[in-house]
Amino acid sequence: MSAPNPTSQKSMRTPLGKVRALGASHSGTSDFWRQRLTAVAMILLMIPVIVIVMSLLGRNQAFATQTLGSPLVAIIMLLFIVASVWHMKIGMQVVIEDYVHDEKIKLVSIIANNFFSIAVGLASIYAILKLSSGV
Amino acid sequence: MALSIVHRATGVALYFGTLLLVWWLVAAASGPAAYAHVQAFTGSIIGRLIAFGYTWALIHHMLSGVRHLVWDLGYGFKASEREWLTWAALIGGIGLTILLWIVAYVIGGGR
Repeated sequence: MSAPNPTSQKSMRTPLGKVRALGASHSGTSDFWRQRLTAVAMILLMIPVIVIVMSLLGRNQAFATQTLGSPLVAIIMLLFIVASVWHMKIGMQVVIEDYVHDEKIKLVSIIANNFFSIAVGLASIYAILKLSSGV
Repeated sequence: MALSIVHRATGVALYFGTLLLVWWLVAAASGPAAYAHVQAFTGSIIGRLIAFGYTWALIHHMLSGVRHLVWDLGYGFKASEREWLTWAALIGGIGLTILLWIVAYVIGGGR
């Protein structure tokens, strides 16, 4: 580090103060918070989602399409999908970081986790939107 | 208590189980033939077992997660409280799963 330059110094916080509580990932506790936020969201959505799934048991595709494509059901499903893929992405990353110690395999695993979670989320969202638009 | 690893294991199971959810939704969006494939699978013995396991994993993970939320808020750390929360998650998870499937068979059987 070079000597402090008074003109570029915009903050009075010390270097230690800037990194405190950010941890090794440099992004702080945002994942911790989002994991709890999405968990609470899914607890609230659990009963409506169970009711939706139960209402579709034994029904054919036409009935499922009609139900899943109706606005309230579609919005509940979209909220649940976003919360769950976000939650599972963070959760799997924690599992990977805990058990995979080889840096290369860890990197590949984390990339695969992101790809899987985003693909699952986007495919589900696409399906719900397609059912909603009635195409 | 060994239940924290069960929380992780059910989480990982649910992670890969989302493939079933995606398959169901995409099939519904694809058409009657694709949807019939999903129904044939979920109607088979192996499909039913996977769906039952998935239900339990979901309910258990949720109740076990509530336990963690209680701890995050700073409550329930006494030995007796920890024991109570753990047993509640374990028994509640199994009980609710069976109850949901009884309801599902009552509803589904009438169609």
